[in-house]
Amino acid sequence: MTEPRTLFEKVWDAHVVREGSTAAPAVLYVDLHLVHEVTSPQAFTVLRERGLRVRRPDRTLATMDHSTPTLATGGRLVVLDPAAGRQLDALAVNCEAYGIPLYGMGDDRRGIVHVIGPELGRTQPAMTIVCGDSHTSTHGAFGALAFGIGTSEVGHVLATQCLLQTKPKTMEVRIDGTLRPGVSAKDLILAVIAQIGVGGGTGHVIEYRGTAIESLDMEGRMTVCNMSIEAGARAGMIAPDATTFAWLAGREHVPSGGAWTAAVESWQHLRTDDGAQFDRSVVLTADAIAPMITWGTNPGMAIPVDGRVPASGAIDDAANQRAFTYMGLEPGQALLGQPVDVVFVGSCTNGRMDDLRAAAGMMKGRHVAANTRMLVVPGSQRVKHAAEREGLADIFRAAGAEWRESGCSMCIAMNGDTVAGGQYAVSTSNRNFEGRQGKGARTLLASPLTAAASAIAGAVADPRSYL
Amino acid sequence: MSQPWGPLSSHAVLVARDDIDTDQIIPARFLTTTTRSGLGTHLFSDWRYDATGTPRPEFELNVPASVGAQVLVAGRNFGCGSSREHAPWALTDWGFRAVIASSFADIFRSNAHKNGLLTIALDDATLTATHAALRDDPHASVTVDLAAQHVTLPQGATVAFAIDPFSKRCLLDGLDELGALLAELPAIEAWEVACGR
Repeated sequence: MTEPRTLFEKVWDAHVVREGSTAAPAVLYVDLHLVHEVTSPQAFTVLRERGLRVRRPDRTLATMDHSTPTLATGGRLVVLDPAAGRQLDALAVNCEAYGIPLYGMGDDRRGIVHVIGPELGRTQPAMTIVCGDSHTSTHGAFGALAFGIGTSEVGHVLATQCLLQTKPKTMEVRIDGTLRPGVSAKDLILAVIAQIGVGGGTGHVIEYRGTAIESLDMEGRMTVCNMSIEAGARAGMIAPDATTFAWLAGREHVPSGGAWTAAVESWQHLRTDDGAQFDRSVVLTADAIAPMITWGTNPGMAIPVDGRVPASGAIDDAANQRAFTYMGLEPGQALLGQPVDVVFVGSCTNGRMDDLRAAAGMMKGRHVAANTRMLVVPGSQRVKHAAEREGLADIFRAAGAEWRESGCSMCIAMNGDTVAGGQYAVSTSNRNFEGRQGKGARTLLASPLTAAASAIAGAVADPRSYL
Repeated sequence: MSQPWGPLSSHAVLVARDDIDTDQIIPARFLTTTTRSGLGTHLFSDWRYDATGTPRPEFELNVPASVGAQVLVAGRNFGCGSSREHAPWALTDWGFRAVIASSFADIFRSNAHKNGLLTIALDDATLTATHAALRDDPHASVTVDLAAQHVTLPQGATVAFAIDPFSKRCLLDGLDELGALLAELPAIEAWEVACGR
C-alpha cells in the first residue's frame, strides 16, 4: 500500500529523473516547453555559445504574443517598434535554426502562449509544462504541473528537456458552494488572492478543489489557475474530470481512437488520494463571493465591486497609502461610479471564448459610454475567428468597442497598446502593478462582466445591475 | 556564468517597500532586448525617472549615498510578479550583488541565484531594525559571508541566513546549473526510453 498522495505529488513523482538530495535539487523532466519572443533570445544565445542543440524540438512549441501589435493596417500587422521587430525576427531565426515549430505572424494557430497550448490540445493532463512566463500556471487547469521559469532555465530545458527543481510544498484551496449570478471564476480567484495575499502561496503548489471548482468549465478553471502566481504560488492545479476530457476531446494534438480511451482511463485516476496531506489548507465559500475589483497596486488589493477601499489606519497602511496616492483614490471611498477611461477585455486570464461571450452578452444592444474607450483583444487567432463567426465581434463593434487581432496587448503594454498616465482602466488582465499598463496607468482588475458593465456606464459598475 | 561569489562588504541602498514587483524592477517596455547587458539604466525606471526622463532626486537610487552600493535592502515579498530574468540582470548590471528582504518570490529568487545575485531573507524584526539603522546612517556597511552563511547588518548584529546548498555551491564556485544538467544527459536519455518519451 503506497502512501496517499496529492495530485501535485503524483505528477511530480512521474517526472523525476533523479531524486533531489542535500547536494542537488531533483532533475525534473519537462513534457512540453512553450516559447515566446521576449524571454527566449538570450537562452538561444547560450546554446550557440556552447554549441548545444535543442534536444527535443518535438516537445517545444513557439509563438509570438507579447510584443506583437494587435491593430492591422491594410490587412497586415506591422510591427512599429524596431526593437520588438528584431526580437520577433530573432525568434523566427532561432526556431528555423533549431527545428522548433513556430506559430508566427500570419499563422492561424498564433495567439497568447497560454491560450493556444490548451486550444491545440498540446496541454494535457499529467504533463509537466514550462514556459518563460509566470502565467504558465494556467495549464494547471488540466491537471498538468505547469509553472513559469526564467531565461536561464529556458536554456536548460532547450538543451536537456529537464530542470533542476526543489520540490515545492502543497496548499489546498477548497471552495465549495455555488457562484451567484454575475460572479465568475475571475471573482473567485481575486477573492482567494485577497484572502491569502500576494505572497500567500510562495513556495507552494496550490490545488483548487471543492464543488465550486468542479462546477467551473475549463475556461473558468484556466482563469483560476492562471492567477495562482498572483498569490505567489509556484503553480495551480485542478484534477481532471469529465469536463476536462470533454473539452479536450477531438483537439488536434490529443490522442485519438483507442489511445484517447486509454489516456482518459489513466487520467481518471489523476486526483488527490483520500487521506493525502496538504502542507496548508484554505477554505472559501463560493456563495459569499461578490463580483471583485482591485483598487490598489497589487492583485491582493481587491474588494467587492460595491464595497469601499480600506480606511486609513488599516493594516499595511504604508503600502495602502502608496497605493492610494498612485491610484488617485481616497481611503474609505466607494469605487462604484469612479469614472473609467479605458476598458480592456483580453489576456491569458480572460481572453477566451467564454470571456468574450460573457462580455458580448452584456454589451448586446448597449453602447460604450462616450468618455470610455473599450478594447477587446481575443486570446488567439482561433478565438478571434470563432468570435467573428459567432457574431461576438459584431456586437462589440456595434457597441463602439475596438476589435483587434490576438496578443497580450494592454496586459503588458509592450506592443503599442497602452493606457495613458493617470487614466483609469478596468481590465480583465492579471496585474495591477504600478505602470503595468503604461507609465502612470491606473489599473482596476475585474471580470469580463464587470469590465463590460463598466464600459457601458463609463464608470466602475456592478455587473449584477446589468444582467 | 558569473564570477565566484567572493566576500562582500558594502554600503546599502534602502528601498523600504513591500511587494516590490518585477514591473517596478524593470518595466515591460524594456524587455524587447535580445541581450542581457545594459539593463541597469532601466532599473526601477518608473520610480527613478519622471515623465521627462529626469532622475527624481528623492528616489533612493538617485541619492549620492547610493553610488557604489552592492546591497539592496527592501521589504517583504521582493520580486513578485513575472518570470523575467531581466529583473536580476538589471539589478546586477547596476552593481548589486545581494538583496536583503524578509521574503522573496520563488521565480525571482531562482533567477537571482543563477546570475550571481544573492538573496538574503531576514525575519521581520531584524529587517525592521536594519531599515532603521540604514535610515540613521545611509553609509553604514553590510558584510556578507556566504560560505559561513551569515550577514553583519548596519545595526551591528550578525545573523545567519538560509540558502539551499546547491545554490550556495553554484554561487561560491561560479558554477552554472546547465553544466550540472548536461552531466545528467545519460540519465535523462535512459529515463526517456524507460518512460516512453
